[in-house]
Amino acid sequence: MELSGHLLSVLIFFPAFGALALLLLRGDDHLWIRRLTFVVSVVEFVFSLFLLRAVPINAPGYSLVEFGHWISAPPINYHLGVDGISMFLVILTTFLTPICVLASWHGVHHRIKEFHVTLLLLEVGVVGVFLSLDLFLFFLFWEIMLIPMAFLIGIWGHERRLYAAMKFVLYTMAGSILMLIGIIWLYNATGSFDLPVIQQMLHDGVLTLSTRTEILLFLAFFLAFAIKVPLFPLHTWLPDAHVEAPTAGSVILAGVLLKMGTYGMIRFCLPLFPEASHRAAPYVAVLAIIGIIYGALVAMVQPNLKKLVAYSSVSHLGFVVLGIFAFQNISMQGAVFQMLAHGVSMGALFLLVGMLYDRRHTFEITEYGGLSTPMPRLAAFFLFVVLSSMGLPMLNGFVGEYLILLGTYLVHWNWAAWAATGVILSACYLLWSYQRVFFGEVTHQKNCALPDTDARENCILVTVVIVTLWMGIGSPFFTRRFAVPCQTVLEQMNRSFAQEATLPGSIPKAAKLDSSGRILASTATPTSSERSGTR
Amino acid sequence: MPILEHLWIIPLLPLLGSAINGLLGAKWPNKIVTSVALGSTGLSFACALEAVREFIAGGQAPFRKQFFDWIIAGNFRAGFDLQLDQLTVVMVLVVTGVGFLIHIYATGYMAHEGGYYRFFSYLNLFMFFMLILVLAANFVLLFVGWEGVGLCSYLLIGFYFLKKSAADAGKKAFIVNRIGDFGFMLGMFLLFRAFGSLDFQTVFAKAATWQPEAVGQFGTLTIACLLLFMGATGKSAQLPLYVWLPDAMEGPTPVSALIHAATMVTAGVYVVARSHVLFTHAPTAMYVVAIVGCATAIFAATIGLVQPDIKKVLAYSTVSQLGYMFLACGVGAFGAGIFHLMTHSFFKALLFLSAGSVIHAMGGEQDMWHMGGLASKIKVTFWCMLFGTIAIAGFVPFAGFFSKDAILFATYQSEYSGKALYAVGLVAAIFTSFYMFRLIWLTFFGEKRYDEHHVHVHESPGSMTLPLMILALLSLVGGWFAAPALWGGPNYFADFLAPVFGNAEAPGGEAAHSLELTLSIVAVLAATAGLIVAWRMYSGKVVRGTSTGLHKILYNKYYVDELYQATIVGPLVWLSRNVFWKVVDVGMIDGSVNGIAHGTEAVGDTVRHTQSGNVRSYAVWVIIGALVILAIIFWPLWRPAFFVATSGGVR
Repeated sequence: MELSGHLLSVLIFFPAFGALALLLLRGDDHLWIRRLTFVVSVVEFVFSLFLLRAVPINAPGYSLVEFGHWISAPPINYHLGVDGISMFLVILTTFLTPICVLASWHGVHHRIKEFHVTLLLLEVGVVGVFLSLDLFLFFLFWEIMLIPMAFLIGIWGHERRLYAAMKFVLYTMAGSILMLIGIIWLYNATGSFDLPVIQQMLHDGVLTLSTRTEILLFLAFFLAFAIKVPLFPLHTWLPDAHVEAPTAGSVILAGVLLKMGTYGMIRFCLPLFPEASHRAAPYVAVLAIIGIIYGALVAMVQPNLKKLVAYSSVSHLGFVVLGIFAFQNISMQGAVFQMLAHGVSMGALFLLVGMLYDRRHTFEITEYGGLSTPMPRLAAFFLFVVLSSMGLPMLNGFVGEYLILLGTYLVHWNWAAWAATGVILSACYLLWSYQRVFFGEVTHQKNCALPDTDARENCILVTVVIVTLWMGIGSPFFTRRFAVPCQTVLEQMNRSFAQEATLPGSIPKAAKLDSSGRILASTATPTSSERSGTR
Repeated sequence: MPILEHLWIIPLLPLLGSAINGLLGAKWPNKIVTSVALGSTGLSFACALEAVREFIAGGQAPFRKQFFDWIIAGNFRAGFDLQLDQLTVVMVLVVTGVGFLIHIYATGYMAHEGGYYRFFSYLNLFMFFMLILVLAANFVLLFVGWEGVGLCSYLLIGFYFLKKSAADAGKKAFIVNRIGDFGFMLGMFLLFRAFGSLDFQTVFAKAATWQPEAVGQFGTLTIACLLLFMGATGKSAQLPLYVWLPDAMEGPTPVSALIHAATMVTAGVYVVARSHVLFTHAPTAMYVVAIVGCATAIFAATIGLVQPDIKKVLAYSTVSQLGYMFLACGVGAFGAGIFHLMTHSFFKALLFLSAGSVIHAMGGEQDMWHMGGLASKIKVTFWCMLFGTIAIAGFVPFAGFFSKDAILFATYQSEYSGKALYAVGLVAAIFTSFYMFRLIWLTFFGEKRYDEHHVHVHESPGSMTLPLMILALLSLVGGWFAAPALWGGPNYFADFLAPVFGNAEAPGGEAAHSLELTLSIVAVLAATAGLIVAWRMYSGKVVRGTSTGLHKILYNKYYVDELYQATIVGPLVWLSRNVFWKVVDVGMIDGSVNGIAHGTEAVGDTVRHTQSGNVRSYAVWVIIGALVILAIIFWPLWRPAFFVATSGGVR
């Protein structure tokens, strides 16, 4: 089939064509703008489902690879590929986008055409990030994605939207620049921007980095990703961005954008810089654990509902980072699963908070109270999502958390023990806030006659509930698709790490690399292939 | 259809009932909701009976079946695997049987409450999770039930969510349970690390081959057992995590009977008994279990002595009786623990339901000081409650006598401070008898201490009294499985469970038998002592005195809630709000971020003055710039002297 040959390109650029088509519509034809965007995003979602069939389950490496020359010098190529990890992140993105369109049906009132164009362009950037195998291309999409997101916050956000948008852009840019330097440095050392090529060089021992270089490069990449995650103490952009962003912005931000950080760690930091990763792991783990506990504690005392959810994100993403940096197959799979589960349940939480906002135009918890009485359906949905978010077994949050903690425990029981306190704390802040919003008598006159969820909202929420249950009960459907990619990442790490450990004695330091980090391949190659032959 | 092959039907039926009522019940009349709820639990009970029949007919070999994979990652597998062995048989029958009776009762009790469908949806959901808990064949699936019953407990305690106290109590129950679950999870992880699996069969088979750890040695098994026990202290309301259970009485009374007396709170005992292979290999952990159980038994009993609220007395009594069960497990008498679990579920469910009937009759009044003289007005309830009281106090030939006797006997024989634990257990038995008969006298005898013009005392409807009578009968005969042992015959209950627990608790012999008889007589004497003291103090005219001294401390439950609030909850919230959020997050981290931004802005603001538009100042900048460039270009020319001088100095 012609389509499957270029499925990845289609996935990236289809929303862009949708955006172009939107431009042809009249600006005041709101209904058709919304309908067209919705149809485009649903079609995109259907396209992405083809990935499930097209990506083989047990094959290591990338599938559906597309390669095209783009710029000859420096050699930047249009290189796309997908594996089990990125596949689900793409599907998550395409799943959340139509939901966002539906969720914004009544919530967005001005510049409606621009809003939907922005939303589709954001999807282009995010899908591009997950599918790029060329470092430069990756960076390009990484930056492209920033602009629509900043617009979403800055134009359609709430009171302090400009401050939040600015903070979001500057924070991320600071990391991006470091990553750009890292990418250029790597290019300087290898002569390539191509991820598989660089990995192959590392694997074959053609490329060896001195420990210092490796650590610097690791940090350059890691900081960019850590800001995106966000890892404590780089998280302060997140609460502001969330509180000011419109519902759709928050859903995409929490659901997908944060995962770009953890995805980057899995895809780049670990395989490219194994030794540095190992060295950094204890520090990263401590930051992740601090993030888990600290995020939960700060969430507990937030008077602002959306901020509370934002801080809980910090806490949940701490689990993901911990799972990645435990370097265990089980915890890595847990981390990937948690990325997906968090995308769904956190997205759903923001949707629900957005629905409350649509009705009352405030996020202050004290403005609510007793909402179960006027809106029992919304309360039930909210409780369901809260339960999934605090990891109740049979719902999606449990699987990821459990696997992360279990895998981590196998190697570092004390990390797991500290992180597991987050399980207690998540119950505290979620149940407490739920009680303050939904239980008790209705305290504010305005809340007495709030309408319950309508058909559109029910449709959104039921979808989310079904996915949550499915992920919680049928988790092997997901895990078996990314088990091999996770294993591959760890093998790439261990193999090159093992080589790294054996090499320094056998290769003279001077031959290994010069001051700029460029390796001298001629001396390194025979030794290492000999070694890998004997092992 | 052979049910045994399709064990999943037993838990699935209540789940279906819950889903149907929860999704559609809002618009239905109570009648349909009732039939769905009762139908699903009744069928489930029937299926359980049939499965047990097949199990026994099939030779009593443990039945295991894997239904589908739930979580798979690397070498970790958690499946939807169910098993049925003798221990599960007891638990499943108790859960479905007592559960069904309580469902019937609830149709009467809740008839006039709002949210009828919601109540039964939650109650059925609870049945589902409880059945998963007892049928699970691995720790992870057990944990599903474990957390699930906690959720239902949360929902049902907070059923009257308009009341802040009810919502608070639900939240407290969930969070305290989560603290226990923290330990339970770590325990599971440790077991997985040690045995590479979390299947009961694999773990226990491997553990059985291990060398038992010495007393005082904190090896893998001891730590794993202690962590599992931490989970059990949360769920089964033992020291120091018992605090949620008394508050849980905010829920409707059938909930207190089903969840907080008969079934869910015994889950901890079940887990310890289920993991008996691990525990017997970890005597230190056993010792801890015994001590915690014994301490809880006496601690809760003392609080129960003075409580004015009829449900609170029963709540502390439950905590105390659960302590007995753990005491039994701790001294290695797992069978006796499970026996007491079963009889307790009969008489405690009976007591709670009777209390509910009393409250129903009194129009919602729960304070015993506002009751009195009810015996003649609500005869059925009175007789049923009396049966329950005699049973829990441990008089022959009621159920409680046999099970409590078995526990005390096993404790007395234990080599780990058995005599001391026995003594404490015996004192707790006196207290038990006292507070229960105090309850009887205050409620049913003496003068009427309520306003007869406002309270119209009436007997409950048949749907409520019928389950009471059945449970009263069970409280009488439920212990007779063990009766022949009194005159040297077999103990049918212990023999039934022997394939699970082995013959670890069969010291046997003529000497042991005469000792058991002696101890039984002592136990009955103890119960009589409690009865007499209660009779002397509370028969006739009673006055509610002011609370002072020891009484005040007991009345205020040793101020444990206040202590936790002051030392843990309060400081944590204060620290989070005033230090982590306002100082660290907003002040330090975000402050420095914004500080950088402001600094950049300030620098820019200063530097921008150089862009003055003044040609002469630009000329100066051009000259300065040119000089700097020249200096850089000619750097090599004047560098050597400087460079040599410094580098010479350093090297």
